[in-house]
Amino acid sequence: MRGLVKTYPAARARRGAPGTDAVKASNGIDLDIRRGEIFGLLGPNGAGKTTLVRQLTGLLRPDAGRVELLGHDLVRHPERAARLVGYLGQHSTALDELTVSLAAETTGRLRGLDLRTARAERDAVLEELGLTAIASRPLKKLSGGQRRLACFAAALVGDRPVLILDEPTTGMDPVARRAVWSAVDRRRAERGATVLLVTHNVIEAETVLDRVAVLESGRIIACDTPAGLKQLVGDEVRVDLVWRTEPPLDVPEVAALRDRATAAGRRWSLRLGPAEARAAVAAVTGGPAFAALDDFTLATPSLEDVYLALGGGRTEGLVKG
Amino acid sequence: MSAVTTGVVPGQSRERGDTRARAGDGEAAPLGPRARLLPALAAVYRAQLSRARIARIPLLFVATFQSVGIMILMRGVVDGGDAARAVVSGSSVLVVAFVALNLLAQYFGQLRAGGGLDHYATLPVPPAAVVLGAAGAYASFTVPGTAVTAVVGSVLFKLPLGHLWVLAAVIPLAGAALSGLGAALGLLAPRQELATLAGQLGMSAALLLGVLPASHMPAPVALARDLLPSTYGVEALARSFDAHPDWLLVAADLGVCAAVGVASLAAATWAFRRAAVR
Repeated sequence: MRGLVKTYPAARARRGAPGTDAVKASNGIDLDIRRGEIFGLLGPNGAGKTTLVRQLTGLLRPDAGRVELLGHDLVRHPERAARLVGYLGQHSTALDELTVSLAAETTGRLRGLDLRTARAERDAVLEELGLTAIASRPLKKLSGGQRRLACFAAALVGDRPVLILDEPTTGMDPVARRAVWSAVDRRRAERGATVLLVTHNVIEAETVLDRVAVLESGRIIACDTPAGLKQLVGDEVRVDLVWRTEPPLDVPEVAALRDRATAAGRRWSLRLGPAEARAAVAAVTGGPAFAALDDFTLATPSLEDVYLALGGGRTEGLVKG
Repeated sequence: MSAVTTGVVPGQSRERGDTRARAGDGEAAPLGPRARLLPALAAVYRAQLSRARIARIPLLFVATFQSVGIMILMRGVVDGGDAARAVVSGSSVLVVAFVALNLLAQYFGQLRAGGGLDHYATLPVPPAAVVLGAAGAYASFTVPGTAVTAVVGSVLFKLPLGHLWVLAAVIPLAGAALSGLGAALGLLAPRQELATLAGQLGMSAALLLGVLPASHMPAPVALARDLLPSTYGVEALARSFDAHPDWLLVAADLGVCAAVGVASLAAATWAFRRAAVR
């Protein structure tokens, strides 16, 4: 556990026009990311993920606190971020009208590569991501997923010890996603790159991340490995019940479950202890309730459950300590 | 995990960070190379030019047709002499204003609104390279339209073509002045629509104040004309239609363009830095 990468306690108030209340998009965040780690930032829309990332990339100055990246103080020297970080932002405006190949090459050149190196790296990255076939097409003419992949390619040209990727796989098909994750993995394995990933795709996050921080309203509400986070919800099991039409509330067991379920249309989601879950499943599959049941699933908790349990889905009223 | 590998490519200059990490952290990672001004400028220029090729050709046609159309219209009103020179040179420089001022203001406005500046701001590239590269690309893109307009106009109004080589100086210098202005407007405008509006207004001003002969203008309008940088490009071009042009005056006019160009590009670079890191 050596090699501290970032220490970051910041209290940030601003954003939003004067006259409205200041929003603390980062409200005293402390975070250490280890070298060579794939670290995820998880959180609902507006939790402050992007604000945090913008401070790490030197795009935004924190009002207070410090950001240290690989031994460099980024608050004092924000311009150094560009020389340490490969950043994939959410927008592709700057590259939209370029061809895939020129976007990658130009980005490499602007990372200080000479022409020959930039071209060689461009070719290698496009090949790695399976973009060679569409290299001569402008980004604008590509589908959303392909465009995202092309921007990801541009972010990779010109090796950087830290990659910060803001929702890299938005809109991608499974093949493209796999290409992204194996490229990320390769950079970590071969070059020891540290990767910070912003996402709200929890299922995806679960499979690739070493550690996750859950962000809400500018605060870190949890930070652990996916397995460690899952222990937060204990050994609870998720039971999903799908009714054919109306739930049979006349069955006492079903009526008892009703208060604990989150209903979404015909689907009920419940988090239960193992014994309770067994009883519930027995009740709905054995008795008269079975006639009204369309489908049911029983699953061990996923990161999604953790996310919901921590308050990531506050609107759903599923908040638990 | 072991120390992070260096992200430096062989052959590139390598710089050591001067901050040391705190005790136990090992030493600070080496910084990646910085893009130097000229190569970065060349890269941006090339990218912008290719972008312009893809996206801007129709607009260039519009710019040229607009200028040629104005000259055809004015032919009914103006018959040779100073007025004809003003019309031809005004219309030619109008192409520069259309592309360099109007389109560049729109581009930077759009880039800023769409988060595109982040891309450049997270690369180790001098802001001047981005601004100059984009401005240069837009200015070069006006070359064919301006040349066509000047030649067609000279033929139309029977003006001598002999000194049109002066365009080789007028286009880059007027281009620098107007694209610097366009970039600064685009980057400073608080909203994208305002950037577009400012670009359009600037172009309209260049049209009205450049094409119409100066001698009949009321004093405030004449003052506005003197304040507009494109005027000096127009004047320089107009003077070159003389049989024996006063090259000193031409040079003086172009000098004004160059000075405005330097100032406005510097302002645009400052505006870029300001807009990129909020």
